Amino acid sequence: MFEFILTNPFLAAVLALLALGLVFGAVLGFGAITFKVEGDPIVDQINAILPQTQCGQCGYPGCKPYAEAIANGDLINKCPPGGEAGIHALADLLDVEVIALDDEHGMEDSRKIAYIREDECIGCTKCIQACPVDAILGAAKLMHTVIVSECTGCDLCVEPCPVDCIDMLPVVTGKNAWSWDLPNPTINAGPIIASDRELGRKDAAA
Amino acid sequence: MRKVWDIHGGIHPPENKTQSLEHAIEFAGIPAQLILPVSQHIGAAASPVVQVGDTVLKGQCIAEAVGAVSVPIHAPSSGTVTAIEDRPIAHPSGLDDLCIVIDTDGKDIWHQPPSTRDFTQLDKATLVELIRNHGIAGMGGAGFPTSIKLNMREPSNIKTLILNGTECEPYITSDHVLMREQSRKLAQGIAILAKLVQPEEILLGVEDNKIDVVAGLQDALKQHDFSALTGKPTSAEVITFPTKYPSGGEKQLIEILTGKQVPTGSLPASLGIACQNLGTAVAISDAVINDRPLISRITTVTGQAVAQPRNFEVLLGTPVEYLLARSGYNASSSNRLVMGGPMMGFTLLDITMPVVKTTNCILAPTEAELPSPPPAQACIRCGLCAEACPASLLPQQLFWFAQGKELEKLEQHNIADCIECGACSYVCPSNIPLVQYYRASKAEIRQRDADMQQAEHAKVRFDARQERLDRLEAEKIAARQARQAKAAANKAAQAGQDPKAAAVAAALARVGAKKSALEAAQNASAPEQIPAATLATDIDDPVQRALAKRAKQEQAGAANPAAVLQRAVESAEARLEKARLKLTNAETVQDSNVDAFKLAVDKCQSKLNQARAALDAHDAT
Repeated sequence: MFEFILTNPFLAAVLALLALGLVFGAVLGFGAITFKVEGDPIVDQINAILPQTQCGQCGYPGCKPYAEAIANGDLINKCPPGGEAGIHALADLLDVEVIALDDEHGMEDSRKIAYIREDECIGCTKCIQACPVDAILGAAKLMHTVIVSECTGCDLCVEPCPVDCIDMLPVVTGKNAWSWDLPNPTINAGPIIASDRELGRKDAAA
Repeated sequence: MRKVWDIHGGIHPPENKTQSLEHAIEFAGIPAQLILPVSQHIGAAASPVVQVGDTVLKGQCIAEAVGAVSVPIHAPSSGTVTAIEDRPIAHPSGLDDLCIVIDTDGKDIWHQPPSTRDFTQLDKATLVELIRNHGIAGMGGAGFPTSIKLNMREPSNIKTLILNGTECEPYITSDHVLMREQSRKLAQGIAILAKLVQPEEILLGVEDNKIDVVAGLQDALKQHDFSALTGKPTSAEVITFPTKYPSGGEKQLIEILTGKQVPTGSLPASLGIACQNLGTAVAISDAVINDRPLISRITTVTGQAVAQPRNFEVLLGTPVEYLLARSGYNASSSNRLVMGGPMMGFTLLDITMPVVKTTNCILAPTEAELPSPPPAQACIRCGLCAEACPASLLPQQLFWFAQGKELEKLEQHNIADCIECGACSYVCPSNIPLVQYYRASKAEIRQRDADMQQAEHAKVRFDARQERLDRLEAEKIAARQARQAKAAANKAAQAGQDPKAAAVAAALARVGAKKSALEAAQNASAPEQIPAATLATDIDDPVQRALAKRAKQEQAGAANPAAVLQRAVESAEARLEKARLKLTNAETVQDSNVDAFKLAVDKCQSKLNQARAALDAHDAT
């Protein structure tokens, strides 16, 4: 062995490298099969950030397709329900620049819920077919209604309604949904120095 | 002397408690109108069981509990329900909520005679039920339904029962006067709690600025044999410790009295400790022993803008306005009204708001006494807030993260453990409203979690729908392919000469024969020529038979319209005859439906006339 290396140093080096290559190739090949990841993990991460409204305002038929499109290089500013916060989260995840929401796809709005004016409903089932999350209950020629807890506010049921009996109403916020706002430092900002403040008050009084 | 521990941080703001302590508790009286929000506790709002216009008596249930985490509400005085509508409620938001409004009649009539009960004879389930049915919710701050806190599994794992007599917040003295004047009732309430919880020790924690009540409390506690109530050796003692804000926080008090810290995200019960408010204990005593629901509480009205600061026994639902008028409130000198104390209370936006189960203080300070917050300046990183924080948090870090809306960082820095005591804001030399940042951030974290849960739910539903649509589409395609395959097979069978194909051909021939027979019959002009057997007996389905019969008649009718019309006249005559018979029968027995029968006869007559007219018209043509 040692003699062979001494007599054929070039051949020995080639063989050694070849052997190393075979071993590592086998390890990598084995690893690629055993530890194969199902699906595209980045798509799932993007999909987790998207609001799952399934509204299609981005131009794709749902949040998952848009997530796939983003993973393939589409812009991150096409999701109005996700809004600015969503764009920031996506930018963080993908390490790209934060860009403003594209107005073409809609404006960021408060969360809304579809309500069917039930006495006007003719029972055509068109909205039921349009709803991406099966949140509308009803049958042909029977009144339909929206399951409020399931509605994502995607707006897709409004368009197909032949009698225009669906309203998108803001979510009712009661006492339990109320919360404190972050303080706005500019609201209370008077003169900072105490003696100035006294002066300001006298001026205001005068 | 029992060892007490110290908590981290804390502050010593001016106490300002003596003003309201000079007088004994005074009954505030019955205001002309009582406004009772249906949601005075944490959990589901109670549901009104009275109508507008109903007369209610004192102590009558006017709204019942909905679900497990809820308590009923009772009428604090007798009167008439004049409205059930949205009114401003005692809440920092200043929002309206559903309230039951009672116009009192001043007679204050109880809906049941006074009675007393021996609680030692009652079992646990009955006691818990009594506490729930009498509308008792924690009267310290949050208003958590007491029955849920006490309804624990058997055997109870609670070793220490703590009564919170700390009342660490400046100005408030409602618990102080309660300990001073109602110690007997308080001890009874503690005895009932002891029977329910079965602790090994009962600790009544009192700050040393209320040292005057200790002797009275000890005497009152001696009246009860707690070991007999719990069935094991149980000690009960009053423990005093140095005054410091906020030692009255539940977790803080537990640390002071036992040296144990409640872990993040868990309840005191996990350490075998239960904490109760003093007002709640007194309310439990009233409910169990005197059968008196929670309809009043002790509320401090104080501050320099009121002439006579004192403690009132207030009926729940009394408007703040009324209480202020009773204590000589000077609106011009007051800069704002606070419900609760100066540290954790909230500004009242409307003085018609009612006193509720958790209202311990109404504070009416002057501008000099409690100045409006000066403008906030930049954080100078002095670290005073971290020294003052009783929960050992890092308030300035939390402040940075709150400004940047870095919710994950906030969670990592345990913002959930912030008790919103306001000690950090109090010591901040830059006057930064730190607690407001934390409150907003906590709400944002809650909102984000709720949104994420909703998004996850929507995703699952979207995927399920997509899967269903795909499956239906696949089924449709499969069905179409199956049909095509079948058609192809049939064709092949016809082309080839296998026994199956012969059978099919024979069947086809039979069908063809029947069809031609039918056609022949239809072509025949006279109806009696139709081979009735083909139509009436060969078809088993009654619907098919009826259809066939109808078709036969139509065929016949087309061939001979006069016969059809003749038959119509005959059947109408028969019907008219039947209707007349029924009418005469009805008239003889004086049936109440005579009119209906008459109508039927008239209708039959008109139908007969029509049929005859049609026949005549046909004959004429």
